[in-house]
Formats: sequence, C-alpha cells, structure tokens
Amino acid sequence: MQPLDIDYMLGLVPVLLGYVPLTLGMALASMALALVLAALLAVERVIRVPVLDQAVMLFISFFRGTPLLVQLFLFYYGLPQLVSFLSQINGVTAAIMGLTLHFSAYMAESIRAAIIGVDRSQWEASMAVGMTRGQMLRRIVLPQASRVAAPTLVNYFIDMIKSTSLAFTLGVTELMGATQKEAAGSFLYFESFIVVAVIYWIIVEVLSYGQRLLEGRMEEAYSR
Amino acid sequence: MTGVSGLTKRFGANTVLDKIDLEIKDGERVVIIGPSGTGKSTLLRAINFLDHPDAGTITVGDLSVDAARASRKDILALRRRTAFVFQNYALFANKTARENITEALVTVQKRSRAEAEARADEVLRETGLTEKANSYPAALSGGQQQRVGIGRAMALDADLMLFDEPTSALDPEWVGEVLDLMRRVAEQRQTMLIVTHEMQFAREIADRIVFMEGGRIVEQGPPSQIFDAPHDPRTRDFLRRVG
Repeated sequence: MQPLDIDYMLGLVPVLLGYVPLTLGMALASMALALVLAALLAVERVIRVPVLDQAVMLFISFFRGTPLLVQLFLFYYGLPQLVSFLSQINGVTAAIMGLTLHFSAYMAESIRAAIIGVDRSQWEASMAVGMTRGQMLRRIVLPQASRVAAPTLVNYFIDMIKSTSLAFTLGVTELMGATQKEAAGSFLYFESFIVVAVIYWIIVEVLSYGQRLLEGRMEEAYSR
Repeated sequence: MTGVSGLTKRFGANTVLDKIDLEIKDGERVVIIGPSGTGKSTLLRAINFLDHPDAGTITVGDLSVDAARASRKDILALRRRTAFVFQNYALFANKTARENITEALVTVQKRSRAEAEARADEVLRETGLTEKANSYPAALSGGQQQRVGIGRAMALDADLMLFDEPTSALDPEWVGEVLDLMRRVAEQRQTMLIVTHEMQFAREIADRIVFMEGGRIVEQGPPSQIFDAPHDPRTRDFLRRVG
C-alpha cells in the first residue's frame, strides 16, 4: 500500500472549491423551482380539481417511480429528438429541470401531508372571517404546514445537493465532474474522491446547522 | 332584519335542523338553549355555511341567500356580514393576538394596515389584552385566547355576531372574564346570536331566549317567561335538569 499524497489533496481543495458555486447554484435553483411546483401540486392534491387531479397523480407517480438518472437522460438526450428547440438545451438546464421535476414529486407528498395535518379549526376560522380559498391557503394553512414540512423539505434539499453530482453524466463540469477530470489526469483516484466526498459532507453539515436554527425560529410561535 | 326561514340541515338520514324559522331584530340579543345534540351549534354553523344547509333562506342585513342555490360568492358575502366565536377559540396559530385581529381586516376587508392596526389596538384595549398584543395563541391562557377570539370577531364590525358555546371549553377560572367581555359587547347593542349553557348569563343579557330540541324551536320568549314560566313541558324538564 502506498501512502496518501497529502500535498496533492491539499492542492486539490481550492481547485474543487471553485466548482462549489455551480453545484450550489444548481441545487438552489432546483430547490426554489421545486418548492413552488410542489406547493402547487400539494394544494391540488388537497382540493382535488377533477381531471387535473388525475394528471397530478400521474405526474407524481412517474417522477417518484423512475430513477433520477433515467429522467435526466430522458431530458438531455431524449427530448431534443422529439422537440427540436430543445436541441439547444445545455446540461445545466437539463439537470435543473430534472432535479426540479423529480424532487417536486416527493416534496408535494410531504407538503400535502403537512396541509392535511393543519387543525380543522384553522380552516374554519379562516372561512368564518370570509377568506377565499386562496387567502386561506396563503395566509393561514400553508404557513402552518410549512413548519411541519420543513424538516423533510430540508432533507430533500440535502439529497438534491448530492444529486447535482449526476449532472456530470450530462457533461456538466460541476463538483463531481471536475473531480473526475482531476482524478483522470493524476491517477490519484482515492485522494481525489475522498476530497470531494469531504467537501459534499461539509456543505451538508453547514446546511444541517442552518436547519436547526431555522426550526428553532419556526417553533417560536408555538411554544409557551 | 336578520334571520333564517325553513332552514334545514341533514347529516345522512339524520335531520339536525328541521325547517327552522327565526327572526332577529337589529341590536337584538338572542340566546339559544337546549339539550346537547339538538342542533343549536349546527344552526349557528349553518348561518355562515360552516355546515352547508340543505334548504332554507338565510338573511343578514340586506343580503338573502337561498341555501339550495347558494354560490361560492353568496357564501363569502354572507360570511363577511357575520362574525363567529368558536368554542375552541380557533385562533390563527401562526399569528400573534394583534395579527389575529388585523388579519381579516387587511386580507378580507382590504383596509389599510395602519387602519387595521389602529382598530386592533382599540379592540385589544377593550378586551384588556394590550400587554398580550404580541403573544402567540400558544402562550395565552384559555380565557385570554377566547377574549382574542371575541376581539377578532368584534373588529369585523359584522351585522351579526354568532357565539358557539364560547365558554364550554374553558377552565372554570376563565369563564367569568369571557362572560364579562360578552356583556360589554351586548351593551353596545350588537346583534348577537349566542348558544350557551350559562343560564344565569343568558337571563341577564338576552332580549329573547330560544329553546331548541330535536332540531326544532320548541319555545321562545323573554328570559323571564322562559325561565320563570315556561309553557312547554320539554322546556320545563330541561330547565329542571340544568337548574
């Protein structure tokens, strides 16, 4: 067994850190879009608009039922074959699309469960003061549901950050793609991948710390 | 003029409200009494469509709604002319006491934030909760929560205030302060329809007592008549049991 090349590892850190913004950018963009989409899907699942409801169920079923990697390939390699304007699609866009649709399906289910968990009295009080259904959801129900859903949504965000590494299979040089290139050049595979693993790990740990702060703040209204 | 006519509500095969007719004059304070499960709460909840009535007409101020043909717009309009005080308070859990009061003023009545806050502060003073303005419901006692609940309803300046057993969920120590507040609301000649088991309170503040049983109004009249000289044996029987 040969010793680890520590100098190489230390030198690799700043190089790879340069790709963190792209990785986080993809994750943040996908998360923002997925949150909006998931909230819409969840609300639809609660109020159940005929026909639309079946479509939403099919959507959720497909995006939960097939691997993310298959979905990404479908968007990046498959769709341009059907729709010509998509031939311009770049890897980053395809990855954000895939991550958004995939995770929105999961997140919709946890938001839906949180909405259903909001006490009936909250709906009734909103109705009694004359709110429309939209006002009720926006002002009262969704804010309360978001507190319940927050921990699982952060979990999905963590999963999403790590899943951006799949974008490298679409030719995107993000954190994982950059590491792969470095490793292929130096043949120091173990060193390269352990460095990138630790970088992902630290990002997730920082986020988990943020999660605890956020949850503390959200509990304020509900504690004596 | 406010009231219902022919109001009917069924839950499955069970007729909970059986063609109820009730007229309430402006500024009149009507208290509904009767055994549990006789449709008192359902009557209140049918008036603002928390429970969708099957038939009948509901009139509040200048608005009349036919239950069988009520559109979503009719229902909203009706709810915006009424205010409701819940047995379990039902305060918005994600809003402070003050926000509970301003919420509908801004969101529903489209008043300016400044105007809504001025009204909220006025109501908080009247309910004795100025110090609790920024507290969330979870940090308030049952009595304080129900006072916010009443304050929220007062701030709406509704044509009709509906009270659904407002003290039934309270620990005995908080009942007094809530009844005191309701007395003050009653003194303002607010049109009120109250379901309660507090007979002494009913006798004090009501212009008229309505006794309900089996989804029907059995007997009604001024408190002195109903409490001291009830005509119907069912009323006598009920009052003997609760008295």
